[in-house]
Amino acid sequence: MNDIDKKNMKLAKKLAFVALGMFGFGFALVPLYDVFCDITGLNGKTSNSVATIQPMEVNKDRLITVRFVATVNSDLPWKFEPLQKTMRVHPGEINQVSYVAKNITSTDTNGQAVPSVSPGQAALFFDKTECFCFSKQLLKAGQEKEMPVHFVIRPGLPEDISNVVLSYTFFNSDSAT
Amino acid sequence: MSEAHDDHHGAPKGIGRWFFTTNHKDIGTLYLWFSFAMLMIGGAMAMVIRAELFQPGLQLVDPNFFNSMTTMHGLIMVFGAIMPAFVGLANWLIPMMIGAPDMAMPRMNNWSFWILPFAGTMLVGTLFMEGGAPNFGWTFYAPLSTTYGPASTEFFIFAVHLLGFSSIMGSINIIATILNMRAPGMTLMKMPLFVWTWLITAFLLIAVMPVLAGAVTMMLTDRNFGTSFFNAAGGGDPVLFQHVFWFFGHPEVYIMILPAFGIVSQIIPTFSRKKLFGYSSMVYATASIAILSFVVWAHHMYTVGMPVAAELFFMYATVLISVPTGVKVFNWICTMWRGSMTFESPMMWALAFVILFTLGGFTGLMLGVTPVDTQYHDTYFVVAHFHYVLVTGALFAIIAAVYYWLPKWTGNMVDEKLAAWHFWLSIISVNVLFFPMHFLGLAGMPRRIPDYALQFTEFNQIASIGGFVFGLSQLLFFYILVKTIKGGEKATDKVWDEPEGLEWTIPSPAPYHTFATAPEVK
Repeated sequence: MNDIDKKNMKLAKKLAFVALGMFGFGFALVPLYDVFCDITGLNGKTSNSVATIQPMEVNKDRLITVRFVATVNSDLPWKFEPLQKTMRVHPGEINQVSYVAKNITSTDTNGQAVPSVSPGQAALFFDKTECFCFSKQLLKAGQEKEMPVHFVIRPGLPEDISNVVLSYTFFNSDSAT
Repeated sequence: MSEAHDDHHGAPKGIGRWFFTTNHKDIGTLYLWFSFAMLMIGGAMAMVIRAELFQPGLQLVDPNFFNSMTTMHGLIMVFGAIMPAFVGLANWLIPMMIGAPDMAMPRMNNWSFWILPFAGTMLVGTLFMEGGAPNFGWTFYAPLSTTYGPASTEFFIFAVHLLGFSSIMGSINIIATILNMRAPGMTLMKMPLFVWTWLITAFLLIAVMPVLAGAVTMMLTDRNFGTSFFNAAGGGDPVLFQHVFWFFGHPEVYIMILPAFGIVSQIIPTFSRKKLFGYSSMVYATASIAILSFVVWAHHMYTVGMPVAAELFFMYATVLISVPTGVKVFNWICTMWRGSMTFESPMMWALAFVILFTLGGFTGLMLGVTPVDTQYHDTYFVVAHFHYVLVTGALFAIIAAVYYWLPKWTGNMVDEKLAAWHFWLSIISVNVLFFPMHFLGLAGMPRRIPDYALQFTEFNQIASIGGFVFGLSQLLFFYILVKTIKGGEKATDKVWDEPEGLEWTIPSPAPYHTFATAPEVK
């Protein structure tokens, strides 16, 4: 093999390596996307795991209106709604709200609730200490269950936010993985 | 291309020549004919679309088939027509332009091409599979493609893998050729612009085609192996698909236009009898466009619910790209200023490119402005924009290149009268076809629909008529190509009036092997 051919092979190997690296980068985007959302609180990505909270001061001078939204994915044959549509809370105080879900078919199904908080900036300050979204929920045929959420809005919430929406979508976790 | 050897055998005889060739000219020809065939197939699908949209209501095809037509039209034009055409031009021209005897890896070059007919057959073959062809748009968003895609979707995924693999190998070949095999004396800043733009395009391809491969692989595992990349129920996110796809998708559209810039930058100086204005700024502008293209992808996603801060970033980056692009347009105009101009067919297509691509660029700027894009997104305004930049942009540049270099390839001049008919029929009909789509979009007609509200009827009819004429005009192009290959006024080495470039120092038609010994470049 002469000089030019050797140079070409060397360069080609380097470029193929770059191509392989970019393929890996495509897959790396998946955790990177989550990391980015975590750090910036964008996408209203409130966590679906329990938050450990420090004791904090309740700000009695400020009231935040929290709205509760419930959605059921078309694959899940359940009824699902919040027990109350809104609640006015102080930042720093732990509150409880309940949703109720009913399996309206004759087969037992498992569901997984995915939470979302709007606006995105509020998601960073919205902590849940207990939530039915932390684990799969089994509803037997015809069973109705009340599902509580314990949450606190941390006092650092930006001043211009006075309305927060907590939304849950229930998915069928038997057909998903 | 190891030792220069004395061969007067020319091209081998028989069908084996085409299957086993490692000659860059043959492979260039194969790519170009393949791309023309795909242009006709994709064009036929566009005719089905325009025929159905001629009137409101559903007359000719059922909605699912219509969706397959729009999907396949996009895939075939992007991956089957435009990209292989540019690779074919690269194969034919780059070695001659840099004074090299062939590409760096002639056998890999053969494989890069021959993957394409297989991938193309598989893709078009999905039309005949049970469940029908892919019907989720060329952008195949999840979860429509993952959860609801037909059974042929796996073949679509395989075809995309093959097409990507071919592009990556081709790009590796092009970069190695350009960096290692230039004739002595040809420094990087002496290279023709077409070579520069392809060098940069090849780097873009190596960077982003693998990301597309990742996206379709994630689709494959979501559909068949129980993963949930894009499925919220399993902890995934449909918006992730859009990010990964457009991270590939935006550089992809620059991949489809940068070689066009190079072509036009070589044609305009020849017919203005004046050197290209601002050579180094053209190089830097092309590099800037390529780098910026990596950080604007979410301008395709302004309506998914991104935070304002992110939308602003992508808006600023997007409008910033218009600066180096504008530099290029001004440089083409300055090249013509006080030049001695004639208007042979390559020049006509190149001029049409400058004007109409710029028009498409303006609508792109409009789309880049986030608050107004909320109105334009997913309407025919977007369809108008990308057809202006891809058809009157990329495709017209490819046609210009073919008219410009065909005498070098065949040894025969093109019949200018016929070429003039092709040009005028095309340029008028293409505007009749796509210009009304701006108004349809602004008036609220959505994309990807087989039936529409009654008030959109007249402009759809005008567009459809333009479409039929434009499609038929390309049959005239086919006739001109065959006629020129078979014979015509003999071309000289220079073909045109004192053009710049090494390819004009060798005979027309170009001998099977050229530059076996490197030329001297001052």
